[in-house]
Amino acid sequence: MHGRPRKASKPEDEAASAAKAVKLRSLQSQFMTYHHEKIYTKEAIELSTKLLEINPEAYTAWNYRKLAVEDSLSRIESDPNSVKSILDEELRVVENALKQNFKSYGAWHHRKWVLSKGHSSTGNELKLLDKFQKLDPRNFHAWNYRRFVVELTNRSEQDELQYTDDMINNNFSNYSAWHNRSVLLSSLLANRVDGFIPEKKIPDEYEIVHQAIFTDPDDQSGWFYHLWLLAQTVNVESPLLTSSWPSHGSSVILSGAGCLIGSPFNVITFCSETGSVPLILYFDQAVGGVSSLTVTIDSELKGNENLVWEPISNKSSQVSCVWVARLKYLISEPCESKEYKVKVRLGNSPGIISSRGFNFSTPYEFVFTAHVHDTAKDSQERIVSWTDGFELWNAQSKDLNSLATSDQLNAGIDLKWRQAAIDSEIECFRLLADSKIGKLTLARLLMASEAMMSDAVVKGVHYEEILQLYNDLMALDSSHHHYYKDEHSVAFLHKVTSSSESLSRYLFRYRGMNNLVCLRLNKLSLSRIASVEKLLFVQMLDLSHNELHSTEGLEAMQLLSCLNLSHNRIRNFSALDSLRHVKQLKVLDVSHNHIGKHSVDTTRYLCSSPLSNSDWSQDDVRRQNPGLVTKYWDAYFVLRDLNLKQLDIAGNEIAGDEFNSFVLQVVPKLVWLNGQKPGN
Amino acid sequence: MSSASSSQMGQLVADKHVRYILMAEKKKESLESVVMDHLRMNGAYWGLTTLDLLDKLGTVSEDEVVSWIMTCQHESGGFAGNTGHDPHILYTLSAVQILALFDKINILDVGKVSSYVAGLQNEDGSFSGDMWGEIDTRFSYIAICCLSILKCLDKINVEKAVEYIVSCKNLDGGFGCTPGAESHAGQIFCCVGALAITGSLHHVDKDLLGWWLCERQTKTGGLNGRPEKLPDVCYSWWVLSSLIMIDRVHWIDKAKLAKFILDCQDLDNGGISDRPEDAVDIFHTYFGVAGLSLLEYPGVKAIDPAYALPVDVINRIAFTK
Repeated sequence: MHGRPRKASKPEDEAASAAKAVKLRSLQSQFMTYHHEKIYTKEAIELSTKLLEINPEAYTAWNYRKLAVEDSLSRIESDPNSVKSILDEELRVVENALKQNFKSYGAWHHRKWVLSKGHSSTGNELKLLDKFQKLDPRNFHAWNYRRFVVELTNRSEQDELQYTDDMINNNFSNYSAWHNRSVLLSSLLANRVDGFIPEKKIPDEYEIVHQAIFTDPDDQSGWFYHLWLLAQTVNVESPLLTSSWPSHGSSVILSGAGCLIGSPFNVITFCSETGSVPLILYFDQAVGGVSSLTVTIDSELKGNENLVWEPISNKSSQVSCVWVARLKYLISEPCESKEYKVKVRLGNSPGIISSRGFNFSTPYEFVFTAHVHDTAKDSQERIVSWTDGFELWNAQSKDLNSLATSDQLNAGIDLKWRQAAIDSEIECFRLLADSKIGKLTLARLLMASEAMMSDAVVKGVHYEEILQLYNDLMALDSSHHHYYKDEHSVAFLHKVTSSSESLSRYLFRYRGMNNLVCLRLNKLSLSRIASVEKLLFVQMLDLSHNELHSTEGLEAMQLLSCLNLSHNRIRNFSALDSLRHVKQLKVLDVSHNHIGKHSVDTTRYLCSSPLSNSDWSQDDVRRQNPGLVTKYWDAYFVLRDLNLKQLDIAGNEIAGDEFNSFVLQVVPKLVWLNGQKPGN
Repeated sequence: MSSASSSQMGQLVADKHVRYILMAEKKKESLESVVMDHLRMNGAYWGLTTLDLLDKLGTVSEDEVVSWIMTCQHESGGFAGNTGHDPHILYTLSAVQILALFDKINILDVGKVSSYVAGLQNEDGSFSGDMWGEIDTRFSYIAICCLSILKCLDKINVEKAVEYIVSCKNLDGGFGCTPGAESHAGQIFCCVGALAITGSLHHVDKDLLGWWLCERQTKTGGLNGRPEKLPDVCYSWWVLSSLIMIDRVHWIDKAKLAKFILDCQDLDNGGISDRPEDAVDIFHTYFGVAGLSLLEYPGVKAIDPAYALPVDVINRIAFTK
């Protein structure tokens, strides 16, 4: 089926084929008779041998042979020599079949089945594998069989590591060997086997993989191994808290649904009908076990001793980078304006564990001040405008999220060898600066270097170069243009959030609603969202006139009440699935996107619904309009979970009378649709 | 790059492909057919799904196909690759998929088929292909896909099944057939598809895997299945559907890929081959057309990237209780 040239068949060839077909057909028929009548005579078994020699893919014949072997074994007297000779014959048949097709699943499995019986010599197997390696060093069947034999014979990981050394020295262009090496090495490092300490081993491995990359920069064999080494250098095993909201030392005004008139300009104000405010913890990796047992709240605000912490993730997952609890603040009515200090502590008792099994162990605490006000007035629903009513906000660093590197990050994580390794790699890859892999690796190394930098003076110095490298790559490797574009957007947002000065240029307060903090990132050619851990304080977000096709990442922005995504490249409501976690969201503008224009939905399985077996709930809308719910399934599931008051969908192919009226059924509390009150 | 446009890069000779498939179906005694006798069920799924994607499913006799399928069912409930052969999970899925195309799942004893599939799950969550115990993440995908179509996913331990698949995740973000096995686009499709169907895509590092997958695009515009291998039309499916499921398909050049697929057509006799100028077969014809569907090529129905069946078939099954 692969690699056969296309040519018109000549009459002689056709005749020869037809004859072969007749012969094979007759073999198959005869074989089937033997198989169905359970005939395991020498003659019958011979026939299956012939069949498998011609066609090793005839899986039923391998099954038959297993039955025949079991039948033969049951007839002899458990004499080890007879047993061995029966099984050796099977190994011979497998070897012949593999000569025909060394990728035959049936043949390899039959060999494993024989070896698993425990009566065959394993000594030959590695020799056989050497033969196959020479024929095709990338044959994954052979590599899998090798791992099977290694386990059977208890060969050490160090010996197998040496084997990958030999393979790579023979020919560096052997991805299969690099892969095996990564499996063995990560196991040896994780088990802290003698001599396998990351700070010694990782730099050695960089040396080794350089030979692969520098000899032929276009050969991918070493690329992914190098990326893995980089991850080993940059990633710390134990989870760390990257940021929180509120952040340490900040002040926040908390009030009821009526909201304050004339709230102070400089302090973040949060209004809620439910009298509770989200407390957000953002970790550097997915963790589980965040609860009132592992996170303690010290405050005079009563009723917060046993907070329920929830992971921001889909329903089947108990782990997440982002955890949220709702801090209650309106205990009694009426309440006088009062100031409360709130201290949040974690890491004192064990229980917060990463998905790889490492504990959050460094005790950490942050303190913020909550000014609680009550309001008697009912809130007035006013339409939100994205064009008027904004004032620039010169935010102080303490109001924003941990823009300075947290002390946590530096606490005992042996930064020295890591920084030295990154610096050394940067020097090396500057020498490859003309090639694609050179530029890409350099950009990644510089990003890593920025992430590790704690000195505020030098921080941010690499971003210009990183952005230029991605621009170069978009031109050099146009097939992967959008990969580099996304990376460029990520680097750009890292740069924007790297200091309060740079972030302040995009920060505003919205007069039209309580001086909400508004981040305006419109018209920046952004194709991807990033740095959300530094933007947890944002209440209004303008991302209009960009190139976004998904809201992936926004789920952590628990304070977000207004979002503008107009004039982007959103193709489906399923792409907005992450917003289902943003319970504060009241105002959403997705006008002038591409919803309804494309037949392919790239977020179909990233959205909770019956398609991914993750949301079966029935309600009246679904019962009464099954056809429309199927037609607009993603709009239904996403909008149903939002508490929107204002929605804009004009300028999308999907918009129209049928869809608009469907939306009003799914979101009955909607006050404005496309700028109008429904019924007008 | 936006979706493929037929005017710029050659045409899809859909009618020729339809004729090629219909003729291949009839040539039961050709050497090629006899050699592939044991996987006729797969071949039928590839051929019939392609016909449906080209809106020509009506050109075959539904009754003939369905009655032949039922002759392949074993007393264990599983289906064989052809009449008389042994049952295997591979052909059980294809049988169920074909019946789904014809909206004839109701003729099955769903309990029997689902018990056969569920019975193949092992203690560690993995799945065997049949009673002889070969384990491979392909079979995990097949079991999950099959039982989901039959709406019997609760018959297996989904959590353990997911756990096993995750244990096959590699350091390059990809997946292999067993723990420790090298990443391969076919296995990646199976694992990502299984995780998609079970709402478990949060286990995938989408950026890491996305980069590995997008680097499968070679200078020819075609996709290979692993680093430093030749491009092949079948990877237009395995790689492309995986990229779509994790929302990273914009990281490849879709127009260049469409052109590569179209260049693999036999413009005279119909059919699509693995590479330009190679011999055509049903397998690559299906993957070529399915790939073009994912690239939104005009005139091809939308295909679901996880179930590998037309979207209208899957939506019908998923949204009706």
